[in-house]
Amino acid sequence: MSKKTIPIIKKIMSANDQIAEENLKFLSSKNILTVNVMASPGAGKTSLILRTIENLSNQYKIAVIEGDTAPVTIDSDKISNLNIPVIQINTGGECHLDALMVRNGLEQLDLSNIDLLIIENVGNLVCPAAFRLGEHFSIVIASIPEGDDKPYKYPNIYRGIQSLILNKTDLLPYIDFNIDYFKQGIEALNPGAAFFLLSCKTGDGFDKWTDWLKTKIQEMK
Amino acid sequence: MHELAVTESLLNTACDYAINNNAQRVISLNITIGDLSNIIGDSVQFYWDIISEKTICEKSTLVFNKLPAKFICQSCGEEFKINGELLPCPVCQSMDLRTIQGDEFLLESIVIEKDLEKYNE
Repeated sequence: MSKKTIPIIKKIMSANDQIAEENLKFLSSKNILTVNVMASPGAGKTSLILRTIENLSNQYKIAVIEGDTAPVTIDSDKISNLNIPVIQINTGGECHLDALMVRNGLEQLDLSNIDLLIIENVGNLVCPAAFRLGEHFSIVIASIPEGDDKPYKYPNIYRGIQSLILNKTDLLPYIDFNIDYFKQGIEALNPGAAFFLLSCKTGDGFDKWTDWLKTKIQEMK
Repeated sequence: MHELAVTESLLNTACDYAINNNAQRVISLNITIGDLSNIIGDSVQFYWDIISEKTICEKSTLVFNKLPAKFICQSCGEEFKINGELLPCPVCQSMDLRTIQGDEFLLESIVIEKDLEKYNE
């Protein structure tokens, strides 16, 4: 018997990354802008998606993939009530969506003439970040009550995003939150990320987000 | 929390390489984990011991090489490591920083045992 070292140097996530790449190619070929929405539970993922649909559905055709850990259809019901094609993926307790789950979801969705696909990831900031899905870009929704020091305390979970949405600005009068300090931390971790300050409740600042999104949709055409 | 899925991916890769290299068994795996990768080595180890049973990797050792998060200051060029908390540049206090290390999660190599007579190599 002999010992031998086999060099590999392979990204352990490469199996998922490969399927994500295939998803991305498929979605790009259909000119469907795909956004992966991540946040901790309660930050406002579903509220953001619903309001985005309300603002854009007269101009663009939107579809949604809902990731949930359990077969609870509260979120997907809200979306299908707006006559938007939606598929719910139950992760069976898993804390994140992965590229294969999304591929299965894509097979079930009618994607004809869709301009924008929104993927609502499982409410969790840590795990979803490790799994690319095939999205054109990913966003994280943070909210005022979470505190302005979070990018500094948990730099690993605010990484690799193209846009950060800071939600619940209607609560700013009641909570000490230094927006510049928060933004600086996000910028250090994600150079050039688009930053939006808004309230899904009042609609304040929402147009800037949807204008930016519209530009991204147009770029896919 | 997501380490089971990650560990399955690790096992598949290691088994593929071991079998392609005519290994009798896998002795150890050298894995690099960056501090910003959101992977907990202890969790990977926990799942590994369970899911590697009855595979060519059974009873193999996971050797973790941990890489700290490293940033470069865009203002003065200083390179520095952080230990958990994101801090301004220690030289000029700028927050204009870029990550240069810490996202890694790699299987670097595996050490296998081979039957010399059988394969004569």
